[in-house]
Amino acid sequence: MTSPPDNPALLEARALCFLRQDEPVFGPIDFALHGGEIALVEGDNGSGKTTLMRVLTGMLRPGEGEVLLDGAPFSLDTVAGAVVFLGHHLGLKFDMTPRENLRLAAGLYGLRSGTDENAVLREVGLAGYEDEPVRQLSAGQKKRAALARLLLLPARVWLLDEPYANLDREGIVLVNRLLEQHAARGGAALVTSHGAVSFAGGEPRRIRLHA
Amino acid sequence: MTPGSTPAACAALLRRDLTLAWRRRGDIAMPVLYAVIVTTLFPFAIGPEPALLARIAGGVVFVIVLLAILLSLDHLFRGDIEDGSMELLMLAPQPLALLVGMKILAHWITSSLPLIVVAPVLASMLKLPPEAMPVLVVALLLSTPLLCLLGAVLVALTAGSKRSGMLLALMLLPLCVPVVIFAAGALAAAQEGLPWVAPIAWLGAGLAMALVLAPLACAAALRIAMDT
Repeated sequence: MTSPPDNPALLEARALCFLRQDEPVFGPIDFALHGGEIALVEGDNGSGKTTLMRVLTGMLRPGEGEVLLDGAPFSLDTVAGAVVFLGHHLGLKFDMTPRENLRLAAGLYGLRSGTDENAVLREVGLAGYEDEPVRQLSAGQKKRAALARLLLLPARVWLLDEPYANLDREGIVLVNRLLEQHAARGGAALVTSHGAVSFAGGEPRRIRLHA
Repeated sequence: MTPGSTPAACAALLRRDLTLAWRRRGDIAMPVLYAVIVTTLFPFAIGPEPALLARIAGGVVFVIVLLAILLSLDHLFRGDIEDGSMELLMLAPQPLALLVGMKILAHWITSSLPLIVVAPVLASMLKLPPEAMPVLVVALLLSTPLLCLLGAVLVALTAGSKRSGMLLALMLLPLCVPVVIFAAGALAAAQEGLPWVAPIAWLGAGLAMALVLAPLACAAALRIAMDT
């Protein structure tokens, strides 16, 4: 590990595994993510990538092992907005505009210092679409509206489940750029993907799941 | 209000749910239309005798309001679970019970408040004596939030299953019985000129208890529903 041992990892999994009807879905896996680190979770379809993400958000109870956030056991009662999850369901209300969607997220989690709704929507390339209902945006634009939330919120750990799905080449570059900025600010991110991913900052850590 | 503080979070969620409801105004109008139609049909079905109508007016209005609330209850958490907003709420710094409480409040405002507004009109169509009107409104103001809170717990419990509508109705009806008994009891007492404070006080006590316990139960049930 690059960080000193007295500095606990932002997100750590110890012998984590998940059982569905006594059948292991994945694991046991161990990893520790420190600030500034991005890890890529790889695995075939059905190997448990999404399940792992949901376990790490605390929504699924792990079968065995534990998840630590800042060295303390992780639970939905103690997470306090430190983690933000972006899954297949984007968490956007289709009847509302991207700006209104962001306003709810900011109301719940607070704002990252130095940003506001307009700035992050510009950053993800949705300038001019701020006040269109999300329903009328394309799939890729919806994804971008959800990515804007990552930028707006002060969460230090990003859990991104297939963030590249539905995005054009520019969108993929955008996700990579957001991840790099997040790492540079000292945040950590766990990204699942079944496609080839390249970060400009070099080879990411890889966590391999076996079906 | 600083974004991220508890009051700001409650206000943001309340505002979002009210905005969403306003964008789908037709859905708010549905329970009201239902109540108006059923009340209009009653005198045709049982005959226009003022004395008979006045006797059943209170009970009819309460049952209609109850069923109208039941119609809209099923959607309380479904949208949030299906589009991933529930994850956003669960990972938020605020206690889930508080956020769920806000959702129930928004639901009460959009589903029950319009019914309470039209209820005196419906009751006067059924010849309810004017002096019983205030009791009707007070009983509705206490019983509808109680029904929403009880219903929300059951909606959260059945949120994991796909076709939960039937199950919900079956489970909710026994819980509604005491609410209807006290609400209609207060109204009947007022119509006969008897003191009606005791049943209203029971409704208030029930509401106070549900206000505290139901959001906690909802939050626990939703976590179980998401744990699949």
